[in-house]
Amino acid sequence: MPEPTGVIHDIGYQRYTGPRLGRRHVFGALYGHGLRTVFGLGRSAKAKIFPWLVVGIVTVVAAGVTAVRSQLGQVVMTYAQFADAMSWLVIFFVAVAAPELVSRDLRSGVLPLYFSRPLPRDDYALAKLLSLVSAIWLLLGGPQLVMFLGAAFTTPDGLRGTWNELLDLLPGLLYAGLWAVVFAAIGLLVASLTGKRAFAAGGIVAVFLMTTPVVGVLSILPSRAVNELAYLASPSTLVGGVGTWALGDLLVPADQGGGIPIGSFGPVYAIVAVLLVSACTALLLLRYRKVAAR
Amino acid sequence: MTLIATESLTKTYGGRVTALTDLTVAVEPGIIGLVGANGAGKSTLIKILLGLLPPTSGRVSVLDLDPTTDPAAVRARVGYMPEHEALPPDLSAAELVTHLGRMSGLPRTVARERASETLRHVGLYEERYRPVGGYSTGMKQRVKLAQALVHDPDLLLLDEPTNGLDPAGRDAMLALVHRIGTEFGISVLVCSHLLGEVERICDTLIAIDGGRLLRADRIDAMTSATDLLAVEVSEGTDQLAGRLAALDLPVTRDGRMLLVPLVDERTYDLILGVVAELDLPLHRLDQRRHRVAELFAPREPSNA
Repeated sequence: MPEPTGVIHDIGYQRYTGPRLGRRHVFGALYGHGLRTVFGLGRSAKAKIFPWLVVGIVTVVAAGVTAVRSQLGQVVMTYAQFADAMSWLVIFFVAVAAPELVSRDLRSGVLPLYFSRPLPRDDYALAKLLSLVSAIWLLLGGPQLVMFLGAAFTTPDGLRGTWNELLDLLPGLLYAGLWAVVFAAIGLLVASLTGKRAFAAGGIVAVFLMTTPVVGVLSILPSRAVNELAYLASPSTLVGGVGTWALGDLLVPADQGGGIPIGSFGPVYAIVAVLLVSACTALLLLRYRKVAAR
Repeated sequence: MTLIATESLTKTYGGRVTALTDLTVAVEPGIIGLVGANGAGKSTLIKILLGLLPPTSGRVSVLDLDPTTDPAAVRARVGYMPEHEALPPDLSAAELVTHLGRMSGLPRTVARERASETLRHVGLYEERYRPVGGYSTGMKQRVKLAQALVHDPDLLLLDEPTNGLDPAGRDAMLALVHRIGTEFGISVLVCSHLLGEVERICDTLIAIDGGRLLRADRIDAMTSATDLLAVEVSEGTDQLAGRLAALDLPVTRDGRMLLVPLVDERTYDLILGVVAELDLPLHRLDQRRHRVAELFAPREPSNA
């Protein structure tokens, strides 16, 4: 007699005896999940609109710059300048991405589900921070790669030209990394303070925009030192200041004015940037200590 | 093995609000009911067991591990279902439970398999691919239970699992918890402010009030000594009571029923014999378990 086929057996609950991965894998899983969340992957179509709009814009700009350069043979903007030119978009991108990463979790009350698992609460915050840093870096670095490819294939100097182009690209990518670290640290800290996404987004934009007039006021005061230190007051100009000091004419060619006038205060800018990022990260971790205990 | 043990466990918030006072309790694996009014300290105790809150003083161990020194090891073997809304509305149950399975250290494919398996066990089938935001309260509670089960813990901590459910939903949830405790072989600590609910499914009961332990014992130890037989006849109740009293059975009246302490099997025979002899229409004869509630009943107000 043939065996009956297609019968579904309820074999009941099965205990799991397989491997359980350690802290590093869990951190990696949370990081990957965060990175996907920022770009709306695995989420609703609505969540994909804004991030991909921004990605589209920066890519089109990069392609345009590359096209102009290959046609006219004139460098419209350096790799690092590209990051500066896109700063507005980055601010709005952070204002949408950071609340998506942390405010949503605060609001839905899902955090107890994370903190009742082996994952330490610091890991949660750091994984989210790292995924936002990576997302911003990819946003700025991807178009730079487009510019590089365009320049490398159209360079008249052959391999030599490609190599020079690569030497220009790498500082540009580092500079994009600086943007990413500073903006992610500030943005995520602001977003972690509220569960309401609209408030978080408004708060982030406010932090970046309200500080710009401060720079404007300080930079016209009748003191040279104050003028040169004025750019510390806003995250965007702070990053620009560090860039000017570290990259020099790789950031802004001398014939275009030579970047932000920071005088000899370059190291101060670098130190302030490091302190700012460390302080924001420390406050973020403190914030999650408090949240986890609730 | 002791499942949960505490020793003089005390927790005060900010030195003023006392949530737990000198709580000493030890329970064996099984289904444990943690009963107390709102604010009795149930949620505080659960957070201490998970290592999320440090106790002010005293000692605690869960599965023979110390949550104050090694919280990660405890949490790896414990599943927690919180009392409050805890689900992001725009994710599907399958995605959420898979993600949380990975957060517990399951490899990616295993997490996906176990997520759909646990969702099936809690009674969610095709719905699991829809966003959680559109779920009913009952389905949301099931998702919360599934995420606590996905990594196959040895102990489940359920904080008010029947919160917000209708009577049918409560019964279904309690049946599910009972199945987890018996068939799945996972110990469960169920928190509730409704004694009537948990006493139906628990082996052990811990009752706390105002942060103090009222009583902790196995449920059969609490109820065995107090079983009664309830007899109800359509007519001739007084006649029956008289005859039973004549047989040295301490009868008490409770409305239209007679209550007779159940000594052994012979008590049934005695009562049935008398009823047959008097030829009375027997309406009911059943064993009436003393509800555990009576053990914790507040003392009668003096001015009543």
